[in-house]
Amino acid sequence: MQEEEILGKAYDARLMRRLIKYLKPYRWHVALGIVLSLLVSAMEAVRPTFTKIAVDTNIAQNDKQGLLRTAALFLAVMVVRGFIQYANAYLTQWIGQRTIFDLRMEVFQHLQRLSLKFYDQNPIGRLITRLTNDVEVLNEMFSSGIVMVFSDVFTIIGIFYFMFTMNWKLALVTLSVLPFLFYGTFLFRKKARETYRDVRIQIARINTFMQEHITGMLVDQIFNREKKSYTKFTTINAAHRDANIRSIFYYAVFYPGVDLIGAVAVGLIIWYAGHNALEGVVTVGTVMAFIQFNEMFWRPIRDLSEKYNILQTAMASSERLFQLLDDKTTLNIRQNPEPLEHVRGDIEFRNVWFSYNPPSDGAQSPEWVLKNISFSIQQGQTVAIVGHTGAGKTTIINLLSRFYDIQQGEILIDGINIQHVNPHDLRKHIAVVLQDVFLFSGDIQNNIHLGDETISQDRIKAAARMVGANRFIEALPNGYNAEVKERGATLSVGQKQLLSFARALAFNPRILVLDEATSSVDTETELLIQQAIKKMLVGRTSIVIAHRLSTIQSADKIIVLHKGEIREMGNHQELLALNGIYRKLYELQYKDQETKTPRQS
Amino acid sequence: MRPLLRLKPYLLRYKKKLLLGLLTVIGSNVFTIVQPMFLGKAVDELKRGIEMHTFVSSDLLMWAGLIVGFALIAGVFTFLTRQTIIVVSRHIEYDLRNDFLSHLQKLSYSYFQNMPTGDLMAHATNDISAVRNVVGPGIMYPSDTIVTLTFVLFMMFMSDWQLTLLALIPMPLVSFAVYKLSKFVNKIFTARQEQFSLLTTRAQETLSGVRVVRAYVRETYEEERFRKLSYEYLKKNLVLAKVQSIMWPLMFVLVGFSLVITIYFGGLKVIDGQMTIGTLTAFTAYLGMLIWPMIAFGWVANLLQQGAASMGRLAAIMDSEPEIKDTETTDHSIENIHGTIEFRNVSFTHKNAAQPTLKNINLKIESGMTVAVVGYTGTGKSTLVNLIPRLYDITGGELFIDGIDIRKIPLEVLRSNIGFVPQETFLFSETIAENIRYGVDNNLEEDLNMAAEISQIAKEVMEFPKQYETMIGERGITLSGGQKQRSSIARAIMRNPKILILDDALSAVDTYTEERILHRLHEFMKDRTSIIISHRISTVKDADLIVVLQNGEIGERGTHDELVAINGIYADLHRKQLLEQQLEEM
Repeated sequence: MQEEEILGKAYDARLMRRLIKYLKPYRWHVALGIVLSLLVSAMEAVRPTFTKIAVDTNIAQNDKQGLLRTAALFLAVMVVRGFIQYANAYLTQWIGQRTIFDLRMEVFQHLQRLSLKFYDQNPIGRLITRLTNDVEVLNEMFSSGIVMVFSDVFTIIGIFYFMFTMNWKLALVTLSVLPFLFYGTFLFRKKARETYRDVRIQIARINTFMQEHITGMLVDQIFNREKKSYTKFTTINAAHRDANIRSIFYYAVFYPGVDLIGAVAVGLIIWYAGHNALEGVVTVGTVMAFIQFNEMFWRPIRDLSEKYNILQTAMASSERLFQLLDDKTTLNIRQNPEPLEHVRGDIEFRNVWFSYNPPSDGAQSPEWVLKNISFSIQQGQTVAIVGHTGAGKTTIINLLSRFYDIQQGEILIDGINIQHVNPHDLRKHIAVVLQDVFLFSGDIQNNIHLGDETISQDRIKAAARMVGANRFIEALPNGYNAEVKERGATLSVGQKQLLSFARALAFNPRILVLDEATSSVDTETELLIQQAIKKMLVGRTSIVIAHRLSTIQSADKIIVLHKGEIREMGNHQELLALNGIYRKLYELQYKDQETKTPRQS
Repeated sequence: MRPLLRLKPYLLRYKKKLLLGLLTVIGSNVFTIVQPMFLGKAVDELKRGIEMHTFVSSDLLMWAGLIVGFALIAGVFTFLTRQTIIVVSRHIEYDLRNDFLSHLQKLSYSYFQNMPTGDLMAHATNDISAVRNVVGPGIMYPSDTIVTLTFVLFMMFMSDWQLTLLALIPMPLVSFAVYKLSKFVNKIFTARQEQFSLLTTRAQETLSGVRVVRAYVRETYEEERFRKLSYEYLKKNLVLAKVQSIMWPLMFVLVGFSLVITIYFGGLKVIDGQMTIGTLTAFTAYLGMLIWPMIAFGWVANLLQQGAASMGRLAAIMDSEPEIKDTETTDHSIENIHGTIEFRNVSFTHKNAAQPTLKNINLKIESGMTVAVVGYTGTGKSTLVNLIPRLYDITGGELFIDGIDIRKIPLEVLRSNIGFVPQETFLFSETIAENIRYGVDNNLEEDLNMAAEISQIAKEVMEFPKQYETMIGERGITLSGGQKQRSSIARAIMRNPKILILDDALSAVDTYTEERILHRLHEFMKDRTSIIISHRISTVKDADLIVVLQNGEIGERGTHDELVAINGIYADLHRKQLLEQQLEEM
């Protein structure tokens, strides 16, 4: 309903100026569109003149040849006008489509630049609405909106011109009904807008109710509330119906009303002609031409008020779009970042403090997720991070890839502060395997190389072989070209994991970040996964959020994270001997795996 | 078109209004169609006046007055047409939507698990409004068109049949062109929509997979992919524009042909004295009247096709049979239950599932007992309790309530004696009081207070500015997970149930509050049956009987002490929770 509130503001100069900028690359097209509109309008306006010539000149003088000439010329003008009108309609669509294509790409690129913090704060659904619907709404404004407004205005001017040159007094008489039309249209617009808004609010209520009661159908049924909910729904539904019926009333008055005003104009033309015919001021042809003019100028006037609606929705959408484009939640990227061509793989965290929501004024102390974290990893080593839920394990790996910027301390790779490096250069050396494997729709191959063309077919296959994913891939109908559905729906959890391992290996990183999945897989797959992990860890610096006993046992160092702090550090045996947090964690999470390897969830 | 037959009972309900609507269509046409005749007379009069140099003003004034007068009457009729036919379409929309919801309410739990809410919503909005278009514009325009055509053609033929035939040559082309073009447009439109959903899916994926995209530095690649799809979409749109843009210019050219034919051949006739200039004027006016009906023909044909498709989709839902309902074997003499539950060799397999979720369940719960169900995730705990209010029907074995086959008890009686607190707390966007009173008709302040007291939500509610009248959800306050669970418990208690089921309903409540709730519940449920599912040992340790589910079967059963002594799954859970507690404190 909130979005409904924005409706009503029809014109905002600031937004409009910004929108018009998007037309700049196509300014010559827009100019051509305006010229074509002008031509169409002129030819439209000239039409009744032909009737007048036919009646007053040709027919009145019994000139059959002249009549044929007039008819032929009339026809020619109509056909040419048809072609120009067609060209113009297409051109305006072309301008609109081009413009929104540019705008859509700009929004997309902007979304790619925003940091993950932005994604934490904004639901994906809303962002997609911006990219799709909001951009789409502007199409109408850019295409039919701007050029058509010119066209309508020209048409009206053209009609007025011909009317006044033909007979200015009769023109004034005919146009005397215009104030009534304007006032009527104004009133109708106002009422229609009110009822439209009412209808929108009611439809939103229906949708909310439906959504809620379909989702909560279980509660309705279990609490025997069907009848009551139904009654309540009928009330909301009736309010929607009645709002619509109110709006029907205004339409039912307006359209016949316009026709009536038109009839009054015809009556006036005849009456005036009758009064003045004797003075020879008005001819029969003039009367006929005027009756045609009268029919003609209703359309553009009605269209113009239609444009008002387009403008209104466009303003609301562009407001939301510009808000998104103005969002500056990005990382602090240096002007001249240090290069990071080759990496050995030494990692150091030095007194790192981090909060997802640092208070902007710095007054109150933030909710620290990580507190004073310091550790170092030598190249080629494997470090396992363990800890209870919410200890801050995932945050550590998010920081290493610089998905977020830290508030205090330093993170160094080969002694270089990662804040001084372009994040793209940094991430090229780190392969991240997340707990929830994310697969894209496409094929298997694509999910391994992710569109990086420097990764050869052989490397893809080698990576798959190394992690043992080749067996299931080759068993698929099209092997490496087998289709992958959205989110990898057709693959099992284990297969998805192996695929994500292959992906990480194909990129052959110096640093591997692995967040082990906790979901259970069958015995055979579990063994495959354990072997794959062992192979992946060889020869590269690795940080693993470990859920497997086999992984922690083979780690060079184990970091025990508890409530955002490093509480214990050492290898498996040393830590067990401490008889502290690690011991408890071990008994809670890992000990079972000793007896029933591979473990069950 | 077949699915549209289903609209018959709805249309019959409003037959008087619809009939009246059709009459007003004829009325408005009659009064519109004579107007060009008056215009013709007026022009002839004018011409004669000019030629004869006689004063013609009063006669002309009469014709002018007739035109305005008839336009007024026609306008009233048009007004009435909209007020009847279109209004009826809104009534039918209302009826359809009510019937749709009412049918959904009869469908069982499993139906909603397989049907995305979004789909159902789309049916309730888009499809119903497409059907409404059939009833409103779909009736109004065709009847208007037919009546107009009949009258106008009659008038034209009456004045000059030869000229009529000549002028009409391009007209069928208009209808045909509109029909063909809109059909073609629909086809392209569908292709364009598909491209649009591809684009949306791509955006959805790229944005949801943002971590992978960032981690592997694939931004440029994703951008290229999106650009390609976006460009494809642009091209599809331009194809659509190409075809759509033909429509109006083509109309104008075709209609222009008619006009030129009329003026030329009509003009010749006037010159030859076979026709008056007034008749010619009237003729061109009639021609103008034919344009819209011709366009409407093609347009309405499409409208009907779309409406039929939507009605078909709606019918698919409205024809689906509720799986769980009262049958002939239901014993309607049963008006109450006491709360003894017995599972005898019960098994349950989800539709299309290969493995049973529950098997060999044998469990007798006497009224007054508190039974706890524990076990790892996915062992069938929720399914087990869902069988009691018949959210699912068992697929094997027997389930008795008070010794009666559960399927013999009227559904309404069964459910109204159960207080159910589902795992996923669901509260409606209404006030707290309305939510707690959701399952009862009782408005007593004391009962509300008592339910809120037992579930330990009362104190917090009293601290809200509007207390029990506080709105929950988007338009009100957001409750915490624990507050939601406690409100949901209050809602179940409020029903004064014979059987209370808590499906992991205390998970977000802290252990201190939990203990108080359990204590109060113990008292309240003294003579009634309680079934509690929980992951926490603290919740279940005082139960009369603890059942441990393992792979859909009862693995262990007994009291807390007995189960700890067995040293099985329950003991393992117990040990781990002690460890977690210790960890928390470190």
